Amino acid sequence: MVSTTDTTHSGDRDADTQDHVASDHIDDHHHHEAPYGISRWLLTTNHKDIGTLYLWFAFIMFLVGGAMAMVIRAELFQPGLQIVEPNFFNQMTTVHGLIMVFGAVMPAFTGLANWMIPMMIGAPDMALPRMNNWSFWILPFAFLILLSSLFMEGGGPAFGWTFYAPLSTTYSSDSTALFVFSVHIMGISSIMGAINVIVTIFNMRAPGMTYMKMPLFVWTWLITAFLLIAVMPVLAAAVTMVLTDKFFGTSFFDAAGGGDPVLFQHIFWFFGHPEVYIMILPAFGIISQIVPTFSRKKLFGYASMVYATGAIALLSFIVWGHHMFTTGMPVEYEIFFMFATMLVSVPTGVKVFNWVATMWRGSISFEIPMMFAIAFIVLFTIGGLSGLMLAIVPADFQYHDTYFVVAHFHYVLVTGAIFSIMAAVYYWLPKWTGKMFDITLAKWHFWCSLVSVNVLFFPMHFVGLAGMPRRIPDYALQFADFNKWISVGGFAFGLSQLIFLALIIKACRHQGESVSSQVWDGAEGLEWEIPSPAPYHTFETPPIVR
Amino acid sequence: MKFSSFISYMSVLLIVCLSFAAQAIDTGRSNLNMRPGVSDISNQVYGLHMLMFYVCIAIAVVVFTFMFYSMVVHRKSKGAKAANFHENLTVEVVWTIVPFAILIFMAVPAAYTLIDMEDVSKPDVTVLVTGSQWKWHYKYMDNDVEYFSVLATEQGQIRNQLTKTQNYLLEVDRPLVIPTGKKIRFLITSDDVIHSWWMPDFAIKKDANPGFINEAWTNVNTPGVYRGQCAELCGKDHGFMPIVVVAKEPAQYDAWVAEQEAIAQRARDEEQRLLSMNMSMDELMSQGEKVYGAVCAACHMPNGEGLPGVFPALKGSALALEDIPGHIRIIVEGSPGTSMASFAKQLTMSEIAAVVTYERNAWGNDTGDIVQAKDINAIMYGKE
Repeated sequence: MVSTTDTTHSGDRDADTQDHVASDHIDDHHHHEAPYGISRWLLTTNHKDIGTLYLWFAFIMFLVGGAMAMVIRAELFQPGLQIVEPNFFNQMTTVHGLIMVFGAVMPAFTGLANWMIPMMIGAPDMALPRMNNWSFWILPFAFLILLSSLFMEGGGPAFGWTFYAPLSTTYSSDSTALFVFSVHIMGISSIMGAINVIVTIFNMRAPGMTYMKMPLFVWTWLITAFLLIAVMPVLAAAVTMVLTDKFFGTSFFDAAGGGDPVLFQHIFWFFGHPEVYIMILPAFGIISQIVPTFSRKKLFGYASMVYATGAIALLSFIVWGHHMFTTGMPVEYEIFFMFATMLVSVPTGVKVFNWVATMWRGSISFEIPMMFAIAFIVLFTIGGLSGLMLAIVPADFQYHDTYFVVAHFHYVLVTGAIFSIMAAVYYWLPKWTGKMFDITLAKWHFWCSLVSVNVLFFPMHFVGLAGMPRRIPDYALQFADFNKWISVGGFAFGLSQLIFLALIIKACRHQGESVSSQVWDGAEGLEWEIPSPAPYHTFETPPIVR
Repeated sequence: MKFSSFISYMSVLLIVCLSFAAQAIDTGRSNLNMRPGVSDISNQVYGLHMLMFYVCIAIAVVVFTFMFYSMVVHRKSKGAKAANFHENLTVEVVWTIVPFAILIFMAVPAAYTLIDMEDVSKPDVTVLVTGSQWKWHYKYMDNDVEYFSVLATEQGQIRNQLTKTQNYLLEVDRPLVIPTGKKIRFLITSDDVIHSWWMPDFAIKKDANPGFINEAWTNVNTPGVYRGQCAELCGKDHGFMPIVVVAKEPAQYDAWVAEQEAIAQRARDEEQRLLSMNMSMDELMSQGEKVYGAVCAACHMPNGEGLPGVFPALKGSALALEDIPGHIRIIVEGSPGTSMASFAKQLTMSEIAAVVTYERNAWGNDTGDIVQAKDINAIMYGKE
């Protein structure tokens, strides 16, 4: 009931700017009375345009952040200092992390949410289209500010993406002010995006689309959006305290003034741990869309998937201490955080089991999105299992701040989050463009990425266990052989993404065979009932969901 | 895509991974896995690590066996028809309860080990460990022994001008010395940013937080030389502050302590003697250059130009050209709110005199000023 009323309102609002649309008017939207050329993108309030902007922005940032990773791997190719100075090396690790987290993974998921959530719940657009425009268009400025700080005297942020005080306060360069400002803008953008997702899902579902009928991608994004609203303000508080400690004489994190540097870590990780799940829950949603399609079988345990996602989100608020086992916290806290962290593996395990059970006795085929989804399940599970090892406090004392941790979080973020994003792009790209992408290129992309990513990240487990600390520009000789391999894998993985770039550019030029509205044999859901390519405006009359 | 080719690609991948592992094991280096270490606790930690590792392998094998079986047997190209089930309460309860049981099986021994690790009571020897950018300071609380421990690897090796030697980046000028078979308590703190004192062979990694003191302990079974590194990003030279611990038999340790106390006493006598002496410009400059290279060059750079925006230049700076007392004071007192720490503990008065003289006469800072140890004494203690 509510949803019908709201969709009408939203339709009225759109009529102001874009007065005619027909669902057969699909190939070319330049004939609208809507703005043309660059202003079309600047002024757009259309969820599909904004989704495209987010996805391109994320991809560009992925390449920029990747280029920084190449600098890091080039320096670490051999022992000794060859290419960059340690201070610049630290800027590369810091900005690589910030860009990949806030510039690549999060905007990519927001882009997918923009494109797909309205189409999956039968809504004509996002609930707050103008805010949607605003939340995207402040992002490029945030990253322009961050990147420009690299060219300041003294360089950009060099204190790690976790910006522990007092390294980020008393001991940082003056560009810290720019870093703080840019993180604030990123946070505002994320919060606005999250509000939009929640309002859209709450109010604009098609009649009959009850909560327990929503596709899992929508469910996981709904929960992610609540996490974002809960923790982005905490991050904003943390950077503000860093700013006042550095420039305005406060002592939040300075013992000499009555503060505590470990307080910073508590605040940061109270944000940071839910943030980790912000980057993986939508991935769970994507895999839960793709696996049933190519298994031609309903998702196993839909309800338990929803509850497991909720459980993971709730647990994410009581496990932050596991990032801080070596800070000298009391043994009782260590035991609490160890148990709470291990608990996370129960709902996460349920998800993996559900995916396997969905494949079990299905009718499986191996199209590109499914290949990425299967790679996700295997490699994410490896990252999850090393995460379980990291939860064991006595062993964590040995793993903490080594390459073992670097291996762990790159398995869950690269072969986890980023592989899921690639799976999603391959899954929905034909729906967006109306053409099948270049399958040969896609296979090259998949296999090159899969092999190189493992050459890149798997040996990091070994060097970490053998004692190589993270964030060092130079290392002892016993780590040399593996680091060479890691760098080779890194360069290969970086180059493999250029295949993806070529494929996407081809797809954007609408090259390839036309596809049906369903695209994939076995795909179910509202997004597959609208034509391919999806018309500029969809579901102006809400569909009825049985 | 054809399944047969999917499987063949997968096997190629597997072979690549295995040959990786085989190569590493073949060469017989211990650079694949955690070291068991040399204390009872570190051996327990190693045991926990291996237990966890095998449990994880077992979980992975079970899950992936089901998955790969399904991928082989239940594929469309083989004519598989999809079944209809999408729920099964029994299965879902089982795969929630079983992991839970596995977790408890792992958590209980971990908690016992952890409680042992955090019990720092009744130590035989206590050492105060202080991190600062980018060196460690050790102070024996029960003896009159304290000193700094800094990276001993030459810059030439780091800059690839010299061949790298075996303990590249893992060697220090003065290692920490401890007795075997005794409970050693470490009090760990920092003078500036957060560092982390990590000795893998003792399974100790504890953050050094400025303004707070953390505790850790070990009891080493085997004499030997053990190497570790700072584990928490602490700025530019985070990768260049190693930790070396030498564990000696108690008798040898006692002899070492006595020797160190004697050396410390001689150094104090020498310092007093130097106060009444004047050194020549050449002596001051050559000693000053050494001290500068070892202590100051990390931030202010060998050419005195600093790192613009991060560390100020000394070449041509007002401080190094004009204000002599200010110049001395910033070295002995440090500059609050900046990276400039006090060096009064690390350097002797004659070393400070030499380095001040050097900074005032190197790189074109041709002031001609000569600063003697007694000038430092005057600033530090207010007496001539």
